[in-house]
Amino acid sequence: MAIYKRPEALCDVTTHFCPGCSHGLVHRLVAEVFDEMGIVGDTIGVCPVGCAVMSYDYFACDMIEAAHGRAPAVATGVKRSLPDKFVFTYQGDGDLAAIGTAETVHSATRGENITVIFINNTIYGMTGGQMAPTTLPGQVTQTTPYGRDPKVAGYPVRVCEMVSTLTGTAFAQRVSVDSPNNVRTAKKAIRKAFEIQKAGLGFSIVEILSACPTNWGMTPVQALQRVRDEMIPYYPLGVYKDITAQKEEQA
Amino acid sequence: MSQEKKLMKGNEALAEAAIRSGCKCYFGYPITPQTEIAAYMAKRMPKVGGVFVQAESEIAAINMVYGAASTGTRCMTSSSSPGISLKSEGISYLAGSDLPCVIVNVQRGGPGLGGIQPSQSDYYMAAKAGGHGDFHMLVFAPSSVQEMADLAALAFESADKYRMPAMIFADGLLGQMMEPVAFPEISPAMPEKPWACTGHGNKREHNIVNSLYLVPEELERSNFERFARYETVKKELTLYDNFLTEDADIIVTAYGASARIARSAVTAARAQGIKAGLIRPKTLWPFPVQAYRDALSTAKAYLSVEMSMGQMVDDVRLAIECSRPVHFFGHTGGVVPTPSEVLEQIRKINSGLAK
Repeated sequence: MAIYKRPEALCDVTTHFCPGCSHGLVHRLVAEVFDEMGIVGDTIGVCPVGCAVMSYDYFACDMIEAAHGRAPAVATGVKRSLPDKFVFTYQGDGDLAAIGTAETVHSATRGENITVIFINNTIYGMTGGQMAPTTLPGQVTQTTPYGRDPKVAGYPVRVCEMVSTLTGTAFAQRVSVDSPNNVRTAKKAIRKAFEIQKAGLGFSIVEILSACPTNWGMTPVQALQRVRDEMIPYYPLGVYKDITAQKEEQA
Repeated sequence: MSQEKKLMKGNEALAEAAIRSGCKCYFGYPITPQTEIAAYMAKRMPKVGGVFVQAESEIAAINMVYGAASTGTRCMTSSSSPGISLKSEGISYLAGSDLPCVIVNVQRGGPGLGGIQPSQSDYYMAAKAGGHGDFHMLVFAPSSVQEMADLAALAFESADKYRMPAMIFADGLLGQMMEPVAFPEISPAMPEKPWACTGHGNKREHNIVNSLYLVPEELERSNFERFARYETVKKELTLYDNFLTEDADIIVTAYGASARIARSAVTAARAQGIKAGLIRPKTLWPFPVQAYRDALSTAKAYLSVEMSMGQMVDDVRLAIECSRPVHFFGHTGGVVPTPSEVLEQIRKINSGLAK
């Protein structure tokens, strides 16, 4: 009988994540994939500024902390130096879709053979709840105290839709971790992304709709309900690009 | 074979020397007057099993360097003044994470978009304030095409030895001019890098490359450790050239392209019976403080010649603790001083001494 235990790819430490935050769960999914693929010793992770910045203490693979928004560029440097190793970034929405948009788009369009784990929780967590590029219209944050007004603050960025238009992107899927079923799908997507990298097919990204109860001012249960009620309708789940599926269709 | 001299542009000599020094990854972005480095790397790197990536920005390029350096790979980026401003965040992170790499600044006139002609107005940025926080990088100041090559090799070696980012601090004149150059036969040996993130293969603890310390005492300790290392660097790697300084009344000082001009002026001054000499720093950090102090035994005045509004001159004053007059002469914005202008300054200072 299988015993539920800590994946070996996670260090035996206490994380700094808030109660109900999705980061811990996603860390576990990534680590389970490393264990299943047996790649923790061959993987280098890049965690930039944001709530994931201290993940270098959580993932048991070699880890690099990067400047805000620059993880895909750092990962490019790592992967080009060590093309046979697995390289992933783990980025939040402010990091990936605001300050790091150029690095995200260009590493995708270059087809860098890296995997991006993208946490979309519609808010800046680490700095205490400011508007993110993914903050929904009307959403109240510290810097949109009257709700995000698109006339003033523009519209949210849909990352999977955007990067799936780029030829260098091999795989883009948006998942959620609001329910057991969706958690299982999320893990499959993460596994798929690393398999794509293993096959050398190019840029892979998994966008994970995540809860931030602390900065949303909700209980963990309310926060997951918000993911279902507000986020998923705006950010539809699904595979936005999978060149292996396209190849299968053509065959 | 390797001692055979080739006529090359400074930028190309530097790029070739980098490859011969074991540089495996180059990340760049076009900007005049250093684009020959990127072009040379684009041509040569694929032929020698190296990596060339044209980044989407200088910011991305320096962060690619950060990634490659984290794996222990010898790597380099190059740019010119406005592009170096963009890289300064990354340079600070490299210093904070103790990562060795080489950054080339082929300076042009500023501020702002400035111009594309040679300048030395980034001295403060290179020697004092390469980015936020307490740190230094190694700053090498070549003065010839041969030194563009020689100091590139030394930069890679020293960066690895001291785990510091190293800057080749040139200017548009050195980058663009052609001179004969010979390349050293042996590339500098690379030390073991047990700290590098290469995948631990389940054989060791996981390595972490990081500059974040949320506990103030830990951050302070990391800075103390780094600055203790800097003291070793100062002892081991302070480089300069003296020319006719032994009996000099007037110590002219200049680095890079300006030093060539200043040297001509010193030679001309000697021909007129003026006891002038030249101190030419080859490292700007560490700054050759002792060279200026040693000259105090005969020196009555100092003259710093720069292609700036006067930046290195501050360090000369500090070196001798203002115990002699320290004059400044310079042009900026891409205007290059002439030997006769510098000679005129030397004559003026000399006639002041006679009074």
